[in-house]
Amino acid sequence: MNETFTKSMARNIFYGGSLFFILVFIGLTLHTERVLPERDHRENITPEVILGKKIWEENNCIGCHSLLGEGAYFAPELGNVYKRFGNSTAAIVGFIKSRPVEGIPGRRSMPQFNLTDEELQALAEFLKWTSEVNTSNWPPNIQG
Amino acid sequence: MKFQSQSVAMPYFIAALGLFVGQIIFGLIMGLQYVVGDFLFPEIPFNVARMVHTNLLIVWLLFGFMGAAYYLVPEEAETELYSPKLAWILFWVFFIAGVLTVAGYLLVPYARLAELTGNDLLPTMGREFLEQPTITKAGIVIVALGFLFNLGMTVLRGRKTVVNTVLMIGLVGLAVMFLFSFYNPDNLVRDKFYWWYVVHLWVEGVWELILGAILAFVLIKTTGVDREVIEKWLYMIIAMALITGILGTGHHFYWIGTPEYWQWLGSIFSALEPIPFFMMTLFAFNMVNKRRRDHPNKAAVLWAMGTGVMAFLGAGVWGFLHTLAPVNYYTHGTQITASHGHMAFYGAYAMIVMSIISYAVPQMRGRIANCNRAQVMEMWGFWLMTVSMVFITLFLTGAGILQVWMQRYTDTPLPFMTVQDKIEIFYWLREAAGVVFLIGLVVYIKSFFTGSEQEAVEDYTKSITQRDYAAAE
Ligand code: HEM
Ligand code: HEM
Ligand SMILES: [Fe+2]
Repeated sequence: MNETFTKSMARNIFYGGSLFFILVFIGLTLHTERVLPERDHRENITPEVILGKKIWEENNCIGCHSLLGEGAYFAPELGNVYKRFGNSTAAIVGFIKSRPVEGIPGRRSMPQFNLTDEELQALAEFLKWTSEVNTSNWPPNIQG
Repeated sequence: MKFQSQSVAMPYFIAALGLFVGQIIFGLIMGLQYVVGDFLFPEIPFNVARMVHTNLLIVWLLFGFMGAAYYLVPEEAETELYSPKLAWILFWVFFIAGVLTVAGYLLVPYARLAELTGNDLLPTMGREFLEQPTITKAGIVIVALGFLFNLGMTVLRGRKTVVNTVLMIGLVGLAVMFLFSFYNPDNLVRDKFYWWYVVHLWVEGVWELILGAILAFVLIKTTGVDREVIEKWLYMIIAMALITGILGTGHHFYWIGTPEYWQWLGSIFSALEPIPFFMMTLFAFNMVNKRRRDHPNKAAVLWAMGTGVMAFLGAGVWGFLHTLAPVNYYTHGTQITASHGHMAFYGAYAMIVMSIISYAVPQMRGRIANCNRAQVMEMWGFWLMTVSMVFITLFLTGAGILQVWMQRYTDTPLPFMTVQDKIEIFYWLREAAGVVFLIGLVVYIKSFFTGSEQEAVEDYTKSITQRDYAAAE
């Protein structure tokens, strides 16, 4: 780098530039928060959905699955599983409930979490709510 | 080593490398589970292995950053560390908390761990990379505060340098952004939004400052190039990092329910994020070309240049590959993401930690550099690990392209598991490359136990008699 461009100029670009973009980012965060209710349908977040999210977290489902494309890539995307399972919470409950304790020989399989019926229903409601978030048409198709 | 207290870095580096080995073993377990689905099932389910793998990664990198800071801050400030005792206490607190947490993952079901650690009181668990029990997270904050206090006091009473300032800003930023891990809204969209404040603003924000500062320190020491020049580079690199990286967060806000203008903002700014990484490559190579001395620690110079190149490849090139919204629409959450995650974490952060270890550990052992035999072995470790990481990345990229092709970018999409079966061969190849990586890591660690003090001195004397070695460090 040449001599007319000094260290203190570089320093000022760092502090000035960073501060500017931090402020822009905070502004955009506030704006995003303002318009989010139209896209996340928070009016449908019932106590059951909240419980479902907690069950989701406390069993570390994200350690195998992705949800809206984030998480692990070992097992199918679940952001749209409600739709993939024919818009049925019962199908989701049935699937989770029927996982074999000892797995499936030679194949990837989901653990048996021994959830109660109430917990299973809550989890399914959480996944149903998730599938209704406006994700700009992602995933590209039903296979997730 | 100029100050006695710098040696507290040693336990941090040892712990870092020990946990690194653990990380790779669990990586290999998962890699096998990808193809032999029932391997270790139900004893160690995939999600448990993954938590161990990724959390060990983060913890060993944090150990590495802390060790780097304890080593270089006193040297830059030209004063002893404020409190070596506090550094030792925090080491044990962090180490024990880390070991207990990993033991918890492995020994009890995760839901039970959540219950035992009172996740109900403040639920923060069960989110990728932030799986630690809330009390562990609180422990991390306490360790971070003590650590920053200790370094802050050292910086305040010593010489002020740009390297120290940038490192401190980076470390404070790391701690501040981590506080978002305590915020877990019931609304999944908002949860995800702020989750990225930790994850993205770490690796594509404040961690780049830490990376830049450590790289600058190693280059100052090994090349003897004028500080003014190096500091100017450092400022420009970190300026570009934050100018592009902060709004670049938008590349994670395409499909999680956030407004659509993020597709534009995220694409434009994150497309510029490779710039600071490219500058790091230029920085490392330029400084080495302009070197005023030939430092006998060749291995450290190799690590520093390697970091520049691999960080640019992994973060810059592999990041750019899938960062534009129209591309990310198809690649989001596929093996493409995993390929990039691996090379970026290894190339930028694992390698910078090994750079400072390579420079500092011989110094702490009272030698300017290791003997040639040990250095050659260390360089073998470097090449084995780095080349196998390139292959891991390529195989995952291959898997990812086919996955996108069969499952996403098609009118007749196949189910996830069907596609996984079809691309099995790539997972086998990845696992093979992973085994070579582990061999490289073992060779690397063995280099620390190779050669004696005396051999190091002999090789060094030989090298200074051979050429005119100016400023001895
Ligand atoms: C050498 C052998 C390794 C193997 C076989 C391996 C394997 C794996 C596997 C199977 C996953 C989970 C992918 C999924 O969610 O489906 C994973 C995740 C991850 N690994 Fe490794 N790994 C290895 C080394 C490393 C190294 C050296 C690093 C970094 C320095 C690393 C960093 C990561 C990260 C950051 C993730 C999370 C990726 C994401 O969320 O996209 N791994 N690894
Ligand atoms: C050293 C710096 C970087 C590291 C350690 C890193 C690591 C990662 C990891 C681990 C993920 C997966 C996160 C998850 O599990 O969901 C990820 C995602 C991503 N990264 Fe990076 N990254 C770095 C830099 C970059 C850069 C510079 C770019 C762009 C040029 C980039 C673009 C992306 C994109 C677009 C995704 C989302 C992938 C998806 O949609 O699934 N990254 N990164
Ligand atoms: Fe990012």
